[in-house]
Amino acid sequence: MRLEPFEAVVRRHGPAVLRVCRAVVGPDAADDAWSETFLAALRAYPELPPGSNVEAWLVRIAQRKAVDQLRAAARRAVPVAEPPDVPSALGLPGQDDGELWTALAALPDRQRQAVAYHHLAGLPYAEIAALVGGTPEAARRAAADGVAALRRTYRGDLP
Amino acid sequence: MTLDALTARLAVEAEDAGLLDVAFTTVDTPVGPLLLAATTEGLVRVAYANEDHDAVLQTLADRISPRVLRAPARLDAALRQLDEYFAGRRTAFDLPLDLRLSAGFRRDVLTHLREVAYGTTASYAALAAAAGSPRAVRAVGTACATNPLPVVVPCHRVVRSDGALGNYVGGVVAKRALLDLEAAA
Repeated sequence: MRLEPFEAVVRRHGPAVLRVCRAVVGPDAADDAWSETFLAALRAYPELPPGSNVEAWLVRIAQRKAVDQLRAAARRAVPVAEPPDVPSALGLPGQDDGELWTALAALPDRQRQAVAYHHLAGLPYAEIAALVGGTPEAARRAAADGVAALRRTYRGDLP
Repeated sequence: MTLDALTARLAVEAEDAGLLDVAFTTVDTPVGPLLLAATTEGLVRVAYANEDHDAVLQTLADRISPRVLRAPARLDAALRQLDEYFAGRRTAFDLPLDLRLSAGFRRDVLTHLREVAYGTTASYAALAAAAGSPRAVRAVGTACATNPLPVVVPCHRVVRSDGALGNYVGGVVAKRALLDLEAAA
């Protein structure tokens, strides 16, 4: 088995990782989280065992970077009334992405991460539990609660 | 930021962090789109479209490092010199080259190829003699066919002793075009 050129990894998984970053840290910090994720991934890439699930590997790195950012943001404690609407050319679901990100940002951390990793990154609940701690059942519940909360707060279409 | 902008930023940050083992870009030329790739040591690969650029990148990942990114900045000088060459304003390339994709006799042949002057041709037999193995004419042909740096290392200037053009890694049409370009300048 061979490792693909990293360029191909960025092309194939870059969009999904950006969606996850936006969901977890918000649209503002997502660019930095994305860059840090792929830079860290590039550093470790030659050691990645061939045949690995590359997307799950990237999401694990993104999770660590997101946690770092959330901690740093908590230390800085800069209050933000609401995340700004950011126009996207990435084919995100729905027309009112800004509202969806606002609704996502309002979820508790556990629910937001579970929704992002399951519904945006497509990870199974067992992997999400390994990422964020807790049991697969708790991850499933958090994702379900998160989606239920989104259905109450977000008026657009959910997939 | 768009994904394209993020990807471009990643290439710059990777270069700054010393994590960019192979930088590549593509450029349109009179002989079709060329892929250019460079290590930190120098230009390591020039590839014609008929070599399949995705396959070429995979080979670079296998043989050098999978840390391969589109990063045109490292190829600025090569791009500029190729532009000048195809405009007829440059007769010799002055670029650091990384010859690691070629070894042994083939590498010797590349060294001698660089001595065949612009606008002139040499025969496979003459190249074999120059490389110290007069009977290795077929091996010279193989060395030219597997030249990792066509155009820049001018294997297109090697023709058959009977005057026929001979084969070329970029196709005979490209070989003719390069020789015509050099004859006209």
